[in-house]
Amino acid sequence: MENDVINIDIEKMMHTAHGSMNLAIRTSIRTGELVALFGQSGSGKTTLLRILSGLVKPDKGLIQFGSTVWFDSKKQIDIIPQNRNISLMFQDYALFPNMTVEQNILFAQPEKDRKTMDELLRLFGLSEFRKRKPDGLSGGQKQRVALARALARKPQLLLLDEPLSALDAEMRNSLQDEIVQAHQMTGVTMIMVSHDLNEVFRLATHVLCIENGTITRSGNPEAVFSDNSISGKVQITGQIARIDKQDTINIVTVISGNNQVIKVIAFDNDQENLKIGDSVMVFSKAFNPIISKLR
Amino acid sequence: MDVSFAQTLWLTLKLAVLTTGILVLIGLPFSYWLTYTRVKMKPLIEALVSMPMVLPPSVIGYYMLVIYSPRNWFGEWLGRGFDIRLAFSFEGILIASVIFSLPFMVQPLHNGLRSLPDSFREASYTLGKSKMRTFFRVLLPNIKPSIITAVALTFAHCIGEFGIVLMVGGNMPGETRVASIAIYDEVQSLNFEAANRYALILFLVSLVLLTIIYSINRKYDTWKMM
Repeated sequence: MENDVINIDIEKMMHTAHGSMNLAIRTSIRTGELVALFGQSGSGKTTLLRILSGLVKPDKGLIQFGSTVWFDSKKQIDIIPQNRNISLMFQDYALFPNMTVEQNILFAQPEKDRKTMDELLRLFGLSEFRKRKPDGLSGGQKQRVALARALARKPQLLLLDEPLSALDAEMRNSLQDEIVQAHQMTGVTMIMVSHDLNEVFRLATHVLCIENGTITRSGNPEAVFSDNSISGKVQITGQIARIDKQDTINIVTVISGNNQVIKVIAFDNDQENLKIGDSVMVFSKAFNPIISKLR
Repeated sequence: MDVSFAQTLWLTLKLAVLTTGILVLIGLPFSYWLTYTRVKMKPLIEALVSMPMVLPPSVIGYYMLVIYSPRNWFGEWLGRGFDIRLAFSFEGILIASVIFSLPFMVQPLHNGLRSLPDSFREASYTLGKSKMRTFFRVLLPNIKPSIITAVALTFAHCIGEFGIVLMVGGNMPGETRVASIAIYDEVQSLNFEAANRYALILFLVSLVLLTIIYSINRKYDTWKMM
């Protein structure tokens, strides 16, 4: 069963604008999970992602994917990014401007396979843009191409560096679905950097909270964030699926990131600015869950 | 068109084409190395490469002559071992011209590579592509304007080179007498009509080359805006 775990135990001194910080990460991740690295900017999330990809070398430690050692400072092993069979989706997407959408995807394939490429293009709704260069695409389309390209490599580990941060809220929603879909379809292990709680709830099956270079909490999103120490009342974020009016109260049905259905009572004056599809946060105050609009 | 006129133009063209060709072969790997190396000496190396842009050609010409001279070990070694004399020969001005035009090739390429986001290289690596493949498939195609600028600038600069060729090569018809030197020579002999013919050709070639550079860069800028 040891092939089912990614073991990480590394240290790296980081020199940032806010001074030095020791990134010390020790955790193991089950393969097939969609893991979110959650934390403030500057906490070391992106560096951890780059260390996993092989672009940044830790000062010491061990990284093991199943039985394959990627990094071992004691044995002086440091497998180059090319040989780790990973994909890293960059925050700026890093699409190659000299290649069309099609060529970007073909480039990423270990062996050229037009059929798989056509499938990817179809899956991400990119078929009609296949001959376009990245400069002629919108932000959301670029993001889709980047995701399709990352999958085209058929990686065993897909790393996503704040994949959705550059997009507006609506675009983010539809692309979150596509990430989940890609995860379910391929079964690839994904590690995603995020500082958006909503995104974490919606996508992740496992969360690692990173603060000042160390993991302070880990587990499934509900378990991690229902611990009130992170933010007084946070419990669950999700979207409104239904609003049923009953006399003076309304029963609001909220679907969370993990498709969990929550029913919450909202009074008329609370309910006024809520409508179906809104992103909301459900939190507890004293004993009654109260609902309020997020954006 | 008399023979010596054609010979001089042919020599000028040969020198410029060979210099540019050699510099493309040297300049591409060297610029790549210079852009991504982390050696501490980098500023010194960058300074050395740029020296020909600020030094008078006579300074470099003088040192080249000293190196070529049979009285020094390098010149002697070349002469004795291979029967090669570089001073006042075509090969001699070719080497001098390669060294003197180096910054005109390296700087645009270096700037082009530096302007690319690191994520291009890193994305290609994480997609499993080797450094070589990344260089030819991802980096080079995305600095096309820089490559064209580098080639055209080097070529134009080489055609216009005067001082170093005169120092190292002198004025030997068919061997080292390029157009820029011929102009000087004809003017000295009060042969203004011949000087004018050379001058006009150099003027037009340089104008055309520079216009090409600027129009290409403009086109790429407009593409980027779209």
